[in-house]
Amino acid sequence: MNSHDSTGPASTGGAAPVGADAFLKGAAPPAPSTSPAAPVVMDKPDPVPMEKLAAVTTAASGDALLRVTDLQVHFPVTQGALVARKIGAVRAVDGLNFAIRRGETLGLVGESGSGKSTTGRAIARLLEPTGGKVEFDGRDITHLSARTMRPLRRDIQMIFQDPYTSLNPRHTVGSIVSAPLKIVGDLSGDALKARVRDLLELVGLSPEHLNRYPHEFSGGQRQRIGIARALATHPKLVIADEPVSALDVSVRAQVVNLLGDLQSELGLTYMFIAHDLSVVRHISDRVAVMYLGTIVEMADRAGMYEHPLHPYTHALLSAVPVPDPAKQHRRERILLRGDPPTPLNPPAACRFNPRCWKAEEVCRTVEPPLVEIQPGHQVACHFPEERELV
Amino acid sequence: MAVPVQLEPTNLTPGPPAVKPVAGRSLWRIAWSRLRKDKVALASAAFVILVVLVAIFAPVLTSIVGVNPDEPNYGLLDPNTALPAGSFGGMSSHHPFGVEPLSGRDVFARVVYGARISLLVASLATLLSVVLGTVMGLISGYVGGWIGGLIARLMDLLLAFPLLLFAIAIVAVIPDSAFGLNGNTLRLFILVFIIGFFSWPYIGRIVRGQVLSLKEKDFVAAARGTGAGSIRIMMQELLPNLVAPILVYTTLLIPTNILFEAALSYLGVGVKPPTSSWGDMLSTAAGGLFRVDPTFMVVPGVAIFLTVLAFNLLGDALRDAFDPRGGG
Repeated sequence: MNSHDSTGPASTGGAAPVGADAFLKGAAPPAPSTSPAAPVVMDKPDPVPMEKLAAVTTAASGDALLRVTDLQVHFPVTQGALVARKIGAVRAVDGLNFAIRRGETLGLVGESGSGKSTTGRAIARLLEPTGGKVEFDGRDITHLSARTMRPLRRDIQMIFQDPYTSLNPRHTVGSIVSAPLKIVGDLSGDALKARVRDLLELVGLSPEHLNRYPHEFSGGQRQRIGIARALATHPKLVIADEPVSALDVSVRAQVVNLLGDLQSELGLTYMFIAHDLSVVRHISDRVAVMYLGTIVEMADRAGMYEHPLHPYTHALLSAVPVPDPAKQHRRERILLRGDPPTPLNPPAACRFNPRCWKAEEVCRTVEPPLVEIQPGHQVACHFPEERELV
Repeated sequence: MAVPVQLEPTNLTPGPPAVKPVAGRSLWRIAWSRLRKDKVALASAAFVILVVLVAIFAPVLTSIVGVNPDEPNYGLLDPNTALPAGSFGGMSSHHPFGVEPLSGRDVFARVVYGARISLLVASLATLLSVVLGTVMGLISGYVGGWIGGLIARLMDLLLAFPLLLFAIAIVAVIPDSAFGLNGNTLRLFILVFIIGFFSWPYIGRIVRGQVLSLKEKDFVAAARGTGAGSIRIMMQELLPNLVAPILVYTTLLIPTNILFEAALSYLGVGVKPPTSSWGDMLSTAAGGLFRVDPTFMVVPGVAIFLTVLAFNLLGDALRDAFDPRGGG
């Protein structure tokens, strides 16, 4: 499903550059990478404007740890009790292109059903991708068998959303954290015990907790156990699937900060999935916004939060509360009409068009490709535009 | 904020929490602490243990009392009616439960030896069905697909099978020796096999249902994400979560199997005489002797009743103790 191929350069030449030109002439913001808040890793050396995404990711991410090309995950919908007939497919993830560089954090944001968790699980190979390609550390892992995937598992680990179901209630903390190490088989005996103690200390738990069971811990502590398990095998890539969504607001910051500290300490690469732009803002170097199985906008942090271009991103950002009551009162709140359409039968062309206030005829006939409008800022919209949100 | 708050022994909370040994309060400890408060459960457990001990030490017990299950005592019978002389089926300090009509064999000894047959058949059959049911339920639930569907349908089939008729038919046609076994050993073997093979679907269904819900939990995904294989996940991640329901249904299956063995013996397809079994004793009494010597029927009946009741009450208590929603 090569959407950007099928639409072709002629159609994008008709629609997208108009908005882009207007934007570039009008606002002309400073280059996002010079923003003082952005970490140094964000320097993107060679912008390739107005190119297809595949070309962009190839050129810009020479040191990509993970590269995802046209990833699709479809779930068949079947009917019939004895002989299951396929009557359709839920297109949970439908043509994703992105890359994550070593040491960076990519935030993946979208509402329920946008396919963000499915993306994470497909990359961790807990789900079989329907199409496309997942390359990890230069190796195609898209369809590796369970056996050939096993040695790579230590390099890709997941942190799960719900710390109440992601820890086996019948195992002690010690056995939960040591399980990955036992499978990998590096350590045994005292070395294994010492490593588990180190891991618990690393995530801020006491080694005294080794013999306790998960139900004796709070949500935040449980999530720390999940983090310790994920880090046990020295992974290169950690996929955090909404790691703080199930936690009390009061402990969210602790866990996010812990993840940040661990990243700088251990040189981790994160894919941080969330449904909330404000959580991702703190930890991400780059952010991708998903809608109904596709990426609609991807930019570095400054670009995404200060100069968002896609109407859907505008709507999401306008939902983030502002600490200043006067500003909060003054600013515009974008309320989207209706619910996201079903991924069983997504809208034609631009998937956001039925809910978009800017939609025109072209949005219903031509799928907007994800193009780089500014250096490091890609958006899939026929009418991208910067908008004053606060 | 970045540095997580860690409770140290030097914190402000008074008392000795830091000194206390940090042992996890596992499911078993919680269940045990609840069971200890349940008097019915304790009484049932005590009775079950008593019956098991009686069965194991049957020869010791009978020799202490000085009776023998197979020795006829015609002198204790009324010569005219062949019924036990004396009241209550001939109860005496020498024969605490009286003697059998017609033969004068000691009822106490026969009940004690009957417990061996009942418990042996019931527990071996239960063991067989628990092992089969757990393995098949795990595979059916975790592997799923057509294999899982096939196993599930097989369970439905076995549950719908007219087991009693089948058992009567098969025991009627078996020869006196087969599989290198003969006589009562062969009978026991076949009883265990039939009862066990037809009751594994009860466990299998419960295991399958639990596995179907457990395998969607993230801790299974986490195990797969670390490279654990299917067998490891089934044995180490899923099975520990299934122990409680399996244990509960095992304690509920044992009395069912005791009753089933009694029913088969009653119908004459159990162990052959002179080996005693509770069902066979009931059957003999029900032949009309109970009108003139009710004690002879009451004794094995009470034995079955109390044993089954104790196992059932214990099973219910275990289920309550392992129930996560329970208090205590």
